[in-house]
Amino acid sequence: MAELSLREAVARAIAQEMRRDPNVVFLGEDVAAAGGVFKTTTGLLEEFGPERVIDTPISEQAILGTIMGAAMTGLRPIAEIMYSDFFAVCWDLVVNQMAKTRYMTNGQVSLPLVMKTGNGGGLRFGAQHSQSIENWAMAVPGIKVVMPSTPVDLVGLFAASVRDDDPVLFLEQKALYTVKGDVPDGDVCFELGKAVVRRMGADAAVVTIGTMVPRALEAAEILAKEHGIDLTVIDLRSLIPLDTACILEHVVRTGRLFTVEENPRVVGWGAEVTSIVADECFFDLDAPLVRITTPYIPLPSAGELEDKTIPSVELIVETILKRMV
Amino acid sequence: MTEDNTATATVVGEGAPQLTTRLSLFRRMTELRVFEKRVYDIFLQGLVKGTTHLSLGQEAIAAGFGEAMRSDDWTFATYRGHAHTVSRGVPFAPIMAELMGRRGGLMAGKGGSMHLTSVEHGMMGSYAIVGAHIPIATGAAFSAKYRKSGQVSVCFFGDGTTNIGAFHEALNFAAVWKLPIVFVCENNLYMEYTAISAVTAVEHPAADRAGAYGLERIIVDGNDADAMYEIANKTLDRARVGGGPSLIEALTYRHAGHSRADPGKYRPDEEVAAWIAKDPIPNYRKRLLDAGVDESVLDRIEKEVAESVDIATELAKASPPPGEDLILKDLWSDGSSTWRN
Repeated sequence: MAELSLREAVARAIAQEMRRDPNVVFLGEDVAAAGGVFKTTTGLLEEFGPERVIDTPISEQAILGTIMGAAMTGLRPIAEIMYSDFFAVCWDLVVNQMAKTRYMTNGQVSLPLVMKTGNGGGLRFGAQHSQSIENWAMAVPGIKVVMPSTPVDLVGLFAASVRDDDPVLFLEQKALYTVKGDVPDGDVCFELGKAVVRRMGADAAVVTIGTMVPRALEAAEILAKEHGIDLTVIDLRSLIPLDTACILEHVVRTGRLFTVEENPRVVGWGAEVTSIVADECFFDLDAPLVRITTPYIPLPSAGELEDKTIPSVELIVETILKRMV
Repeated sequence: MTEDNTATATVVGEGAPQLTTRLSLFRRMTELRVFEKRVYDIFLQGLVKGTTHLSLGQEAIAAGFGEAMRSDDWTFATYRGHAHTVSRGVPFAPIMAELMGRRGGLMAGKGGSMHLTSVEHGMMGSYAIVGAHIPIATGAAFSAKYRKSGQVSVCFFGDGTTNIGAFHEALNFAAVWKLPIVFVCENNLYMEYTAISAVTAVEHPAADRAGAYGLERIIVDGNDADAMYEIANKTLDRARVGGGPSLIEALTYRHAGHSRADPGKYRPDEEVAAWIAKDPIPNYRKRLLDAGVDESVLDRIEKEVAESVDIATELAKASPPPGEDLILKDLWSDGSSTWRN
């Protein structure tokens, strides 16, 4: 057992998979010699050498094309796209190529690959280095979408993503890189599509993922202590596959649902979740379904503005208090 | 080949391939021609829906590479991919059935004309977003180098592709890592409906860019099967022994329009006539006769090919439409399209 930051867990996860399988390679901009712009991949070049840990030029289409071609010919590649915003310059490879190739070829082609990326806001980087793109990816049939909120989940879900035979978008929340937690020694690998109940309560289910998980948990403690409201908090961990069974179970039990989403409101993942809940357990509901999201705007840079934009502990507390009456 | 601007590097005489190879090149080109003419006919009969992009006139390129490639080498092609699929030895019938949207199609009707793929034949896909497959083919080459398999990735594309970013990103990657890949630009002088010269800063859209990536400037007569076979061998060999990538510009011309929707009216009549006179197949036939091949040998090849295309057409027509059970299959590796529990 070791206490790691989420940042340290990234290198721990990649190293675990590279030691296990010689077909795993890792490439991206500044990932090798520099150890990553977020210092998440320090030490990998030293351990695995330049044939397996590779610095690329700033060529996102070439990076994703390379891992796709490598995956269809026997490797299990991992690529880093430095900031998730940069997927906009290589989205064709994701949407038109990786996502569709198995289906179009009637199952002839497997693409066991992972695209890892720094996602989300909170670091004052402004509108082009802070986006949450989980809802873009979720809208494309054929891409798995994974987002851990703790160091141990990062390792276990990353291992599952590498071992999965389908393309996975692995979203590392930049705002969580400093979060610490225990990671067991030895092989750590979880299952994709399994949500975790982080807090059990009787009054409402709060469904969330990524950076919003610790915020929802903090809000739940405040609401419990100061207002006697007892919340269940569900960490989805992946959006595709989606653990609908877990969501429905706790919505039925509590009669209420709040989603807390970092992505902008329109067509955010919570819209899909609330649609499922409204359709499949409408008569178990005691109240309207409520989505807490970033507004329909690009993210501002200044701290005072960004903090009022992405759902905060205060906003979650305030919204739940108002809507629980 | 040479640094000449065009296209006369006919390889006859001492440098010419063995006779058996030349007969095989002739057979391959004949297969591509007869097959695609049949595709044209059955499209007009309403048996093929959607669209098709034919390689009529460009057969020497696919034939030359198909002849030279090792069976475990990889082909990556564009939406104009029928010829490259046939040239890797994929049987006619499943290709034809795929174009007709039948269950017996190469991909059971889920891909269509623009996405022909047969992994077991090394035909790693036809890609319909211009330029997208260039980095993907580069990734296959990366894999071959990493696994020291000796395989070569061959990536075919049109002149229009040289103006999209993915082309330049992938060429740089391939050159930096010295990957075993051959990039083959089939320059048919038109990107869809527009002359490539009207929208490109250099005369030779691929060859004039080669120097930017430290690569040799290679222009070859894409209508000459012997020349294509020779350059294919040279560049495949270079890739296989660790000499890195090559970029070939093969000059050619499509006899038909860009796609089924295009009669090709934007091309001057004299230009079309001049290129029809350079049709790779009758010219190669004449070359073989001049080299002493008995005409009956060529006649027999033509007859055999025509018969096998006839048989394939009937087989494809007899194949039923795909069942609805396929609709929700094979999004994921477990065979399902399940996204929630």
